[in-house]
Order: sequence, then structure tokens, then C-alpha cells
Amino acid sequence: MERGLVAPGIEWGDLAPLLILLAGACAVLLCGSLLRGWSRTLTTSLTVAVSVSAAVGGAVQWERDSTVIGKYLVSDAILIDRFAALSIVLICGSAAVVALLLHAHLAGSPDDGVELQTLLLTGAIGGIVLAAANDLIVLFLGLEILSLSLYLLAASNRRREQSQEAGLKYFVLGGFASAFLLYGIALVYGATGSTSLDMIVVGLSGKARIDGSDTLLLVGIGLLLVGFAFKVSAAPFHVWTPDVYEGSPSPVTAFMASAGKVAAFVALMRVLVTGFERRVDDWRPAVWALAVAAVVVGSLMAVTQSNVKRMLAYSSVSHAGFVLVGVEAASHPGSDGLASSGLYLVAYSVLVLGSFASVMVVAGQEDSATSLADFAGLGRRRPALALAFSTLLLAQAGVPLTSGFVAKFGVIKSAVDAKSYAIAIIAMVAAVVGAYLYLRIMVSMWLDEPTDDSRPRVQRAVAIVVGLAVAFTLLVGFLPGWLLNATESLAR
Amino acid sequence: MLAATSAPVPFPILTALVLVPVIGASIVSLMSTRMPEQVKLVATVVSVSTAAMSLWLLSSFDSHSGGFQFVSRHEWIETWGISWHLGVDGIALFMVVLTGILFPLVILGVDPHHDEKRYLAWLLMLEAGVMGSFLSLDLFLFFVFFEIVLVPMYFLIGGWGYDKRVYAATKFFLYTMLGSAFMLVGIVATAALASRDLGRFTFDLVEIAERSDLATSTGRWLFASFAVAFAVKVPLFPVHTWLPDAHTQAPTGGSVILAGVLLKLGTYGFLRFGLYLFPEASVWARPALLTLAVIGVLWGAIAATMQRDLKRLVAYSSVAHLGFIVLGTFAITSQALTGSVVQMVNHGVSTGALFLLVGMIYERRHTREIAELRGIQSVAPIFAAAFMVVMLSSIGVPGLNGFVGEFLVLIGSFETARWWTVVAATGVILAALYLLWAYQRVFHGPVDEANAGFGEMNLREGSLILVFIGIIVFTGLYPKPMLERIEPSVGRLVEHVESRTEFRAPAGGASHGGGG
Repeated sequence: MERGLVAPGIEWGDLAPLLILLAGACAVLLCGSLLRGWSRTLTTSLTVAVSVSAAVGGAVQWERDSTVIGKYLVSDAILIDRFAALSIVLICGSAAVVALLLHAHLAGSPDDGVELQTLLLTGAIGGIVLAAANDLIVLFLGLEILSLSLYLLAASNRRREQSQEAGLKYFVLGGFASAFLLYGIALVYGATGSTSLDMIVVGLSGKARIDGSDTLLLVGIGLLLVGFAFKVSAAPFHVWTPDVYEGSPSPVTAFMASAGKVAAFVALMRVLVTGFERRVDDWRPAVWALAVAAVVVGSLMAVTQSNVKRMLAYSSVSHAGFVLVGVEAASHPGSDGLASSGLYLVAYSVLVLGSFASVMVVAGQEDSATSLADFAGLGRRRPALALAFSTLLLAQAGVPLTSGFVAKFGVIKSAVDAKSYAIAIIAMVAAVVGAYLYLRIMVSMWLDEPTDDSRPRVQRAVAIVVGLAVAFTLLVGFLPGWLLNATESLAR
Repeated sequence: MLAATSAPVPFPILTALVLVPVIGASIVSLMSTRMPEQVKLVATVVSVSTAAMSLWLLSSFDSHSGGFQFVSRHEWIETWGISWHLGVDGIALFMVVLTGILFPLVILGVDPHHDEKRYLAWLLMLEAGVMGSFLSLDLFLFFVFFEIVLVPMYFLIGGWGYDKRVYAATKFFLYTMLGSAFMLVGIVATAALASRDLGRFTFDLVEIAERSDLATSTGRWLFASFAVAFAVKVPLFPVHTWLPDAHTQAPTGGSVILAGVLLKLGTYGFLRFGLYLFPEASVWARPALLTLAVIGVLWGAIAATMQRDLKRLVAYSSVAHLGFIVLGTFAITSQALTGSVVQMVNHGVSTGALFLLVGMIYERRHTREIAELRGIQSVAPIFAAAFMVVMLSSIGVPGLNGFVGEFLVLIGSFETARWWTVVAATGVILAALYLLWAYQRVFHGPVDEANAGFGEMNLREGSLILVFIGIIVFTGLYPKPMLERIEPSVGRLVEHVESRTEFRAPAGGASHGGGG
């Protein structure tokens, strides 16, 4: 069979967010290295401008009619649907916020941050490709672009040993996970004859075998799940999370926890729910177990920590479990589980950005003062910051009138609708255990005597980020209707 | 004034009852800490106007109707069928009035000693949450209020309590949240299952309770998930252990509110979301809950007898009193239910007043150890007299309010839950034992050196206690206005249960007796 290489048509307009980010990354890098007198402020402004315009591009795509059913680009390699558009908005929004945080983080240091902001933009590109990939190979490319950027960002604080350690750990373990994923892709290719999700669907519907003897495919799905579970840090593949979250510079942690998770989750949902729709009965128990393990392990381990960044790392494991509860619900016919998971990702991304921004303020110049004792008496030293952080923590605990409650409620509702009562109850009880962790941080801030009377410096960029996060949290808490209507369309 | 009740009310009084404290709390938290007097003035004005609204509600309530009045309903989250649905019937009415009256008394009468601004802001937030819980007619809305109440109470105990306050506050938060976790799943499941009968997804309590038919076995599971949350809140044996800690460690104002209104969220929940929502399951679960209630009565009484800390003693007496209320609730006769509602108010007033008095003792002596106190009667006779009246009301002496409720509960329960009632009746005797014995040890005997300087009640404290004693005596002597507002709603509830189950309450309405 002989065939010339036919270059696929490229829809430049629909790829605009990616192209903006790519051009922006090059521009930031070139201007920063070549132009004399180019300041850090200009780098940050350019990065924020690029991210925001890409996010606007994503929002425009969300509104287009073609996105509702999904539009294939670049010869079916990329699928821009509502989930992809949502990811673009979230990832680019997160990049813009993290650019501001990085700027504040670097204040007073000799670094000009050019390479950090560039890596942030390339990370966003990888995240979007990962979330919008309609082909397993493209998906892997996206994952690697995202991961490589994150490895470097994690290790970027050269003055802190833990940062180097975090980068190296993340790199080695991440490499393993990528290998698992790649092996899974290979096996799935072997079983179905294609790496394109659409072709996989066709291939599976042709020879639908329900006796479970399709070993190649099952092992492939299993390995894919392992790779994804690592990326979304679902237990028991979460072991890297606390070390990496603690060691990485706080803004980078915020980016990993928000954009990184969103991208990996969207890819996971796309592959499982769309690609392997015919095999839901095979992967449902695995997702069930992952979800339960994540909520339980995340909540229990968080309680034993004494470092706030590690606590938030474990709590992010438990949040990943909640998103998986929604995915589990989505495996039942007629469920709106995907919509709830999407809603949870939106709420969680904003919460985690605001939380790590608050932590960053307390962590100080060295970015290392993150033990529980460093938060003692924050309510007296910085009442406004402590109040904002408390709101975000209460939201993470799922207290009503916050976005966190709406998100949890949505996921639980989907699970109950799908008659997955056990997982709903386990998740809620685990959330109570997890609440103890947020209470501990609040006790430290409000009820403990301050160890010193220093007032941590709140930079304007950080104040804006935290303020926006709190405003969003309360807005969604009181008036969730608009967000629910928006995410409702995610359930297909 | 009476004409306004059945027609739609132009002024959304119930929404105002919830929102006015919220607005007050926001204003208070935005004011400067350098103006403590103005802050207190704002808090007082807000709480007094909320009290005035609740009293207006009481006076214009149509006592002939057992349904929900002053209903206010607006769509909130349409995608999930959730609405801002508030309404009040004869049962919720008195909870609202109790809340409305207790808060200004606490704000005026109890001094938090530090950070008064934040204290007052949390207190007003708490009032809003409690009001909302009693008024909600939407399952989701109820859960929101029920859960949000934890946050201000957590900070009140943790910020202004005694030595082990953080432990007590955390225990309180986690216990209650654990119960709520089950209830949340139960609420969603109820709405999901009811949507098959109703044809649409809704969390509306009235619609689900009146029009849907939850199959027997599912109804029982759902009821169980609600019951866990309420059992923790009441608290019923064996999940009561958070209560003595929380009560003892809370500041006086916190204890008054905790005992006065917060515990009623549990008993009220059993009435509104137990009997009304799941009549079949409630009847099914009667033996278990009656048993737990009676164990609570005895356990609370025995534990109270053995306490050395006066505040802990009062806290355990709450466990016993709330056992009576649950006994009356699950006896499901109109007399017993009426008695339960009356007893909810009585317990709020008497135990609230007891906590205030214990707080006053602590202010003077900086100890609550019974062994350290003696002979106070001879140095502070007025104080002792006030304590005596409140204590007698808590014991349930005829002529005071406690008797009316306890008597109705016992009479009503005897018909349908005979042996439980017989055992519970011994709790009345035990109540007399532990309270009188405590009184004897604290107030009688020769006064020693440490207690010789015990200050007599001052004017502020006196007028505060006088309000409580006024309610105690009035309800004791003339309970009719209260009973006639409660009875139609209770009667309707019993009918609702009978129409959906095999259970039959014995004929004959609640008596109007009990006074004198």
C-alpha cells in the first residue's frame, strides 16, 4: 500500500489559543534575552497579556456552536469541544495568575524570570494539547510538553535544596509514569489497531467482547489509568505529590495543582468516557477503587502533616478523589458525572490558586516558612489575609455558601443519581476527616499565639490573586446557577 | 392584625429574619475596633429588631391554621430545583421566637472580655444561621443553614472559651459534620428518588413530603441518614460526648446559645425532617429512638449527679432534658408532640438561664468546682433566689414552665410508649436529686473565707435574669397562648403520619391543662 504523505489541513483560526501561547513564549524568551533594559515587569506583563488573550480565545471557542458538538482539527488529531475550551480558559487563566505570583515570588532576587515565564507558557501549551488531544500519540506529546516544563519549573529555585530535590523526584517518577502511559498506548494500539480515539471507538464497537478475555486491551487500559492517576495524583500513585508540592516554588505548585490537574483530568475523562465507552464495565471498578483510595488516603494522611504545603498536597489528593467520584458516576448511562467533574475542576482550580498564593505570602522571601507554626497568629498579624485564606480553606472543606460546597454537592449528586451510594458516603465521611486539616490551619491562624510579630509582606499582585479567588469562591457559593448552566453542557 | 396572616404578606418577614442579622454582622465586622461602644450599639439594635420581628410574627400568627404561614419562595438554583423557600408553622414559630429573644439577651448580658467586635459579628452570623435552619422548607437550604451554623459556633468556642477550647471546638465541629455527611447524601438521594414521583428534580420539603411516596425500605435508609445527623445534634446517647466538652469550654454566651437554640436544631430536625418527611420510617424506628431517648434521660441524669464542675452538671442535665423531648417526639401523640415543642422552648429558657448564672458565678469566683463553692445564699440571697427559681423550672415544678412540657410529654407518651415512659419518669426524680443536691452544696452551709466576698447580683444581671424568670413564670401559669398555636400544627403532623402509616395515635386532642 503506497501513499504519498498528504499534509493535513490546518485550521489556524481554531488553533489560535495555542498559537498565541507559542508566539508569546518565543517573544518572552527573545525579548528577555536580546533586549537591553527589558525588565522583569515587562516580562510578567507580556506573559499575563499572552495568557489572557489565549484564555479569551478559549472563551470565544466555548461560545461557538461548533464547539458544542466538537470540532476536529489537524486531521482529527485535536478535538475542540466544550471540555477543551473549558480547559483552555482554566489553564491560560491559571498561567496568567501564576505569572503574577512568579513575579511576586522573584521580587528582590537577581533572577529576571524570563525562562520561568517562558516555561509557564510552554507548560500551558502542553496542558491544552493534552486536554484537547483526540489521538493517544498527540496526548502523549501534550503530556510531555507539560511535564518537561513542570520538571524545570519545580527545580527552578536554585537557592533552595528542596526545590532541586522536588524537580529531580518529579522528573524520575514522572518519567516512570510516562513510560506506563506509553506502554498502555502501545497495547491499546495493538488491541484496536489505532491510536485515534474515534478509531478506537469504532474498533471496539466492531468486536464488542464482553467476556473480558481481551487481555491486550485490558492491560492497556490499566496502564493508561496508572499513567493518568500519577498525573492527577490519585492514591496510590500520589507518593510524589507531597515532596514535590513542598519543594517546588509556591507559584509553581499552584500551577501544577491547577492547570496540571485540569489537563490530566480532562485527558483522562476523554480517553475513558469517550474512547473506552464500550468498556465502561471494565474500567469502572478501577476508577471506583482509585476514587475511594484517593479520598481516604488524602484525608487521612493530610491530618498527620505539620507543613501547610504538604497538607494542601494531601488535600489535593483527596480533591482528585472527588473528581474521580464524578468520573465513576459518568460511567453509568445517562449520568451528568462529567458535568460535575468539570464543575469540581473549575471550583478547585480557583481555590488552589488562591490557597497557594496565600501560603506564598507567609512562606516569605526564602519560600520555606510553611510549617504550621509559621501560620500561628496570622489572624492578628495579617487579619485580611487570614480571613481570605480561611474562606478558601472552608471552601476546600466543603462548607456551604462557597464554591467548594457547590462542587462537592454536584459530585455527590451525580454519584447518588447513578446509585453509587457507597462511594458517595465514603467520600463525604472522608471529607469530614479532611476538614480536621483545614481546622488545624485555622486554629493556628486565629487561636494560637504568634511566634513572632513580623507582618509578612503582601505584594499587590498576590493581593489581587487572593482577592479574585475569594470573590469567585463566594460568588459561586451564593449564586452557582450560571456556572451550573455552563458546565451542564459538558455532560454528553 | 389577624387579617394579615392568610393573605400573602407584602413584607417578606421571614427573609428579613434571616438577612437582618447577616447585614448586622457585616456592618459590625466592617466597623473599627476603636469604637467598641458603637459596635455594641449596632449589634444590640440589630438583635433587638430581629427579636421585635419574631414577636410580631408571634402576634400575627394565625393560631387556627396548622399549615405553613408567611411563606416566601424564590427560585435560587434552578438547575438543581433549589429554592429559597421559607415558612413558619406552630412548631417553627416558637423556635424562631426563642432564637429572637435569646440573642439580644446574650449580647446585652454577657461580656466576652476581649475582641468584642469579632465576637458580636460571629454571634449575629450564628443567629442568621439558626433562624434560617428553623425557617427553611427546602432540603438543600436547610442543609446550608444547618452546616453554616458550625462555623460561627466553632470560632465562638475556639476564640472565647476556656482552657481546652480548641479541643472542644474541634470535637464539636467534626462530630456535627460527620452527622451532616450522611444527611447530605440522604438529602440528595431523597430528592433523586422523589423526582420519579414528582416528575421533576426538586428539594422542596413540602412537595416531597406531601406528594411523593418513598418506598418502605428506601425511606428507612434515607431516614437513617437524617437521623444520624440529628442524633449528633440533639445529642442522643451514645453520640453525646461532644456536648459536655463544648458546653463547658464555651464562653457563657456560647453555652447559652448552644443549649438554648443549637441543640433544638436536632429535635426540630426530627420533627420536620423525620416525622414529616419519612412518616413510615419514623414509626418503624420508634422503638430504637425511644430507647435511646430514655437511655439519654437516665444517663444524663446519672452523669450530672456525679459531676464536680457546675457547668458540666448543667450540660449533662441537657442530655437528660433532650431525651424527654425525643421521647415525646417519637411517642407521636398530639399531646406528647405538643409537650416536646413546649419543652424545647422551656429547656432553652431554663438551661440558658442556668448557664448565665453559672457564668456569673465564674465571673466572681473564677472557678466552677462545686467543692470550692459554699454558703453563697447567706452573702448573695437574691442571686440564690434567682438560681432557685430557674433550677425549679428545670426540675419541672408545677407552676413553672418546665412542668407544662414534661407533664404533657409524659401523659402523651404513656398511651403509645408505656414502658419507656415509666422508665423516663424516674428521670424527673433524678433531676430533682442532682439539681437540689448541687444547690445545697453551692448555696447552703456556712460561708467560708473564699466565698465571703461573693458579690450580689447587680442591676444588669438582675434585669437579664428577670426576663428569663418572667418567661418561666408566665409559661408555667398561662401556657394557653403557646399551646393553642402549637396544637394545630402538631395535629396536622400526627394526621400526616396516620394517613401514611398503620400507626394510630389514641383519640382525643391535647389537653389545655398543665398549669398551676
